[in-house]
Amino acid sequence: MARLKKSTPRWKYVVIYAVLIVVTAVTVLPVVLVFGISLRPGNMLWTTDLSPIPANATFEAYRVLFQEKPFFRWIFNSSVVSFMVTIVGVSLASTAGYAFSRYKFVGREAGMIALIATQMFPVTMLLLPLFLMLIKLKVYDTFLGLVIAYSATALPFCIWQMKGYYDTIPYSLEEAAAIDGCSRLKTFYQIVLPLASPALVITALFSFMSAWSEYLVAAVIIIDKRLYTLPLGLKQFQSNFDTEWGLYAAGAVVVCIPVVALFLFLSRWLISGLTLGSVKG
Amino acid sequence: MSFARLAAHVRENKLAYLYILPSFLVLGFVVIYPFVYNVVISFSNMSLSHFRDWKLIGFDQYLRVFREKVFYILFLKTLGWTLVNVFFHVVIGVALALLLNRPLPGRAVFRTLLILPWAIPQYIVALTWRGMFNYEYGYINLLLKRVLNLPPIQWLSDPFGAFAAATITNIWLGFPFMMIIALGGLQSIPKELYEAADVDGAKPWRQFWTITAPLLKPVMIPAISLGVIWTFNNFNVIWLVSDGGKPADSTHILVSFVYRQVFNYYSYGYGAALSIVIFIILLFFSINFIRRTRATEGYA
Repeated sequence: MARLKKSTPRWKYVVIYAVLIVVTAVTVLPVVLVFGISLRPGNMLWTTDLSPIPANATFEAYRVLFQEKPFFRWIFNSSVVSFMVTIVGVSLASTAGYAFSRYKFVGREAGMIALIATQMFPVTMLLLPLFLMLIKLKVYDTFLGLVIAYSATALPFCIWQMKGYYDTIPYSLEEAAAIDGCSRLKTFYQIVLPLASPALVITALFSFMSAWSEYLVAAVIIIDKRLYTLPLGLKQFQSNFDTEWGLYAAGAVVVCIPVVALFLFLSRWLISGLTLGSVKG
Repeated sequence: MSFARLAAHVRENKLAYLYILPSFLVLGFVVIYPFVYNVVISFSNMSLSHFRDWKLIGFDQYLRVFREKVFYILFLKTLGWTLVNVFFHVVIGVALALLLNRPLPGRAVFRTLLILPWAIPQYIVALTWRGMFNYEYGYINLLLKRVLNLPPIQWLSDPFGAFAAATITNIWLGFPFMMIIALGGLQSIPKELYEAADVDGAKPWRQFWTITAPLLKPVMIPAISLGVIWTFNNFNVIWLVSDGGKPADSTHILVSFVYRQVFNYYSYGYGAALSIVIFIILLFFSINFIRRTRATEGYA
């Protein structure tokens, strides 16, 4: 499609903006509504009022959340698990992706295909065997069990992503380094890895997200209430007969803030890192 | 390859194998072992009444899958669910990417706001939309009633309504991913091609089909195949929006049905067989899809 040139008629701008504004409004609406619900006083949770932000807004739900519920503990637990998954995800995907991109070894194709195949199996059915195995390994109901499970869900996509990005980095750089007497290991760490930082950022983001916002696996692995992660805690507000919508909404807002902030902060890298790889993939 | 040559090969590529080993160990624990376990269970009579004393019974569970009508109905439903979702993800995503891929004041703001759905955890999205589809207090019916003066819709208590609600939620959830991929793809298309087309007097519509679409294809194909797999197996949205398949288990796709069978009715063997069938369907699709799209790529 043509980019807007100087000759672009004004009506075209009007149409483009109109479309963008309508779509963006629909996109943002649910987010605004959740924020609105979190500000509602307890007696107004069910309302037929159309304005998203209630007239007599209050931060009471947030106060209850932080002072009367173990919300800080959930945040702490989720942070610990997510950071561990991020470290595991980045270090394993950056190395495995490099091997798939640069080496022609036996089992390379099969390995790449096996990675996609892991996405085709319904997650719900991995739960039971995973559960039984974690009990046997004595990591059931521990953070370690969660970290292993989450790393595995994030890895296939991250490895493919890293591999695609490495493919766009010219091999001549490594050849030049080899001529200068740089070992393959050193070449990887000192030359290739820094160049791949946009892809590393995305791998980190994906690993973090897969742990920060996962509910189903956590619900199977974690029993101890002291080990509850944010999704488990939040779901508690919904599990009773009447949902504590105010608390749930306030919690949802707090859960979203770090991820949304990360996304917005990284959105520049998101575009180049995700697609540069697949262009030549 | 002889053993000696294989050993030499491994030694030569030692670093490569060392690099992939940790990843495959983790995947082996979490995916490959459970997968093998599932294959075994799918040939067994494991259920609530035979949890510890289960034994292999051959293909009975698979026969049950294919004999019962529910599989075919759910398969068609899942197919419809996947097609509608991925279609809208791609169309909305590419359309927005085209609008945003030009110097436009405020572009960064729109781009930022439009990826919000991707940033928000799925279970929060699903539970929030469920609230919005509430008959009496949900925002959507309020809008229909007050602003458009239309009668409210029975979203969650009607089988079709509940399915539509889950679909709308998932479309909202999935288009930003496609938009980001398409934006990246558009940026890699050389501007000179459009300039040349302008000189030749090609209209924008024609430029889209002759330049943009073919050059966007290699970027979109992997994203679409992943999108199909993820949507086909999207448990969260359908389960949480319909609150476990309500009304009366009429809102299911294959994965949520499997979950119901296994975790609520404890039909482990049957659920495992059904999972293997799902896996084979997706494997068959991916192999065909990737092969076919790669075969046509040569013309582009």
